[in-house]
Amino acid sequence: MSTLTAPEAPTRTYNAYSAPLWQRLLMTRETAVIALTAAVILYSIVNVPNFDGPLTLKFLLQDIAPILLIALPMTLVIITGEIDLSVASIMGLSSVLLGVLHEGGMSVPAAALLALLAGLVCGALNGFLIAYVGLPSLAVTIGTLALFRGIAVGLLGTKAITDFTEKWSDLATGTIGETKIPLVMIPFAVLAIGFVVLLHFSTFGRGVYDIGLNDEAAHFTGVDVARTKMVLFLLSGVVSALAGIYFTLRFGSARGDNATGYELQVIAAVLLGGVSIFGGRGRLHGVLAGVVLIGVLSSALRLESVTVNVTNIIVGLLLVASVILPNVLAWASTRLPRKATPAAPRESHTPENAASAGVSTRGSDS
Amino acid sequence: MKFHTRKPTALAALLLTATFAFAGCGSDDAGDSGSSAEGGDSGGGDLTLTMLPKNLGNAYFDTSTTGADKAAEELGADIEEVGPETGSPDAQVSYINTVAQQGKSALILSANDPDALCDAIEEARSADVKVVTFDADTNPDCRDLFVNAATSEGIAAKQLELISEAIGGSGEIAILSATANATNQNAWIEMMETELADNPDYADIELVDTVYGDDEDQKSFDQTEALLQNHPDLKGIISPTTVGIAAAARYLSDSEFKGKVALTGLGTPNQMREFVEDGTVASFALWNPGDLGYLATYAAAALVDGDITGEEGDSFEAGELGSFEVGADGVVLLGEPFTFNADNIGDFDF
Repeated sequence: MSTLTAPEAPTRTYNAYSAPLWQRLLMTRETAVIALTAAVILYSIVNVPNFDGPLTLKFLLQDIAPILLIALPMTLVIITGEIDLSVASIMGLSSVLLGVLHEGGMSVPAAALLALLAGLVCGALNGFLIAYVGLPSLAVTIGTLALFRGIAVGLLGTKAITDFTEKWSDLATGTIGETKIPLVMIPFAVLAIGFVVLLHFSTFGRGVYDIGLNDEAAHFTGVDVARTKMVLFLLSGVVSALAGIYFTLRFGSARGDNATGYELQVIAAVLLGGVSIFGGRGRLHGVLAGVVLIGVLSSALRLESVTVNVTNIIVGLLLVASVILPNVLAWASTRLPRKATPAAPRESHTPENAASAGVSTRGSDS
Repeated sequence: MKFHTRKPTALAALLLTATFAFAGCGSDDAGDSGSSAEGGDSGGGDLTLTMLPKNLGNAYFDTSTTGADKAAEELGADIEEVGPETGSPDAQVSYINTVAQQGKSALILSANDPDALCDAIEEARSADVKVVTFDADTNPDCRDLFVNAATSEGIAAKQLELISEAIGGSGEIAILSATANATNQNAWIEMMETELADNPDYADIELVDTVYGDDEDQKSFDQTEALLQNHPDLKGIISPTTVGIAAAARYLSDSEFKGKVALTGLGTPNQMREFVEDGTVASFALWNPGDLGYLATYAAAALVDGDITGEEGDSFEAGELGSFEVGADGVVLLGEPFTFNADNIGDFDF
């Protein structure tokens, strides 16, 4: 037996079974989203009046900055098969804390640091309940969504704090030198690089995917599942708090109801960017394109004076289509007569030891 | 399993792209018609106005926009209404930015927050857009003009007068407001509190609770129910918001409290007609939001044309409403609130 199987083993390589490299790199959901985003941008530049104006880029990036920021940790959280619905409430809480502490005489950076710390604590609470107590993240974060928002509104009541040091609120609305790129893109770029390295180029990142595909298997291959989830919720909390600080300084207004509903925008962008809600699949460049796509669509439609309902309908349809379509196609392709694939050997009557060798022949036949 | 899904996934990616492309085509059409309309605007080259209410789908602002449309027609101006779904300031900022991008002549705005919009408005004004606020103001130094429907003092006093009349001058009352951060609501509530404490006529009236219906029908309805349960001795409710008063009236008219708990506040005749006719509500107050939108549009046009600069003492003509003078802090006052009751409600349709 060993003499028979040994020479056959090399034929069972990944390349023999997979699509060509260019297909694997280009025929992905991420590419589709990026292509669509590029198409929408080009279309808008040509056809939407004032879209090519000098203010568009600045306003667009300022609008999507909080969503870009939170989408980074959210992607990792969703790839592990979990979800964090409390991000917008953490934004609200950090916004209120920044306001209250600043009003109490603290400088903006000191207050912002404490607000970030509060975000970390919020994330730790989520992470502890999900990773170590083992509760479902959907239930936990729905609870903390209400809890953090409640604390935020409770702390500040019905008023708004608007008296921030000019220097800092200018920083939030300022641009890099003479360009039209808002300053907030600098911390975002740093974080984005950090998250790309973490997810796509580290063992931690491999663990994130493993957990999403099968957390028990991940556990047995040596991934510390609980610690990984804890780290992700901590990151989510801290980055949400950062987004909350940006949001507060940009509008110069700390309110309990700041950023209400942002969690859904973030999750919509992440799913549109090709991340599977069931976990285990997704890439950051797709997600970032998803955020930009939604931002460009809303910006262009606003310039066309399309009402927000229509914008929401379009984004909603896009999202539903992007989630449903792969499933429909997978179903349809099982109904269609297909080329011989590695599934064939199961029906094949050839002797077992020839089956694997037969695959490559069949593949080249058809 | 990986092998099974590979081909379909690639196919999915391809078709997804195609679908997106089709979706793009769909919006192409909308885009073309939109841009041709825009082209018409710039071809006209004169007055282009944007109306930005607190939120869309609100009967009150629908009426003010109708008034603004009428004024725009008289002035030969182009006007369009845009706005967010929910009354939050950050959503309004995007629309203010859009107006700056489009380089419109003027923006007519009802502000969801007095301060949060200021940076965006500043940017719009530096792009040569005149900014007129109506209904709810921003900080006076942010905008060019504020068109005020009635003074806060007048509104607060009128509502207390109506509720006092309805409950016979003594008993517990509560307030059903809009959102907890609404500028004008909070100003009125504060003045009503002061007036209740200071005015001997209201010595026997006690304000026991203030609740927020967020200008959502269902929430206002639920809050009314909760108020009546929490305060069994409640004699009257003031709801200084059109959404709130209509929801509260609907609750009262079908409940055992009808006729026992009085309701007044700010409402529109069309929303309140059936409740005035069936006796749930004796009287309520409001200005005509149509006139408000009409006046704001004339004020914006006067600013763009350079007839006025927004200084105190400037005066301008506002069509059928006559002549108005700019007061202190760049405020133009429409007038006193008007009381609607069973005798006169038939004369109004808005």
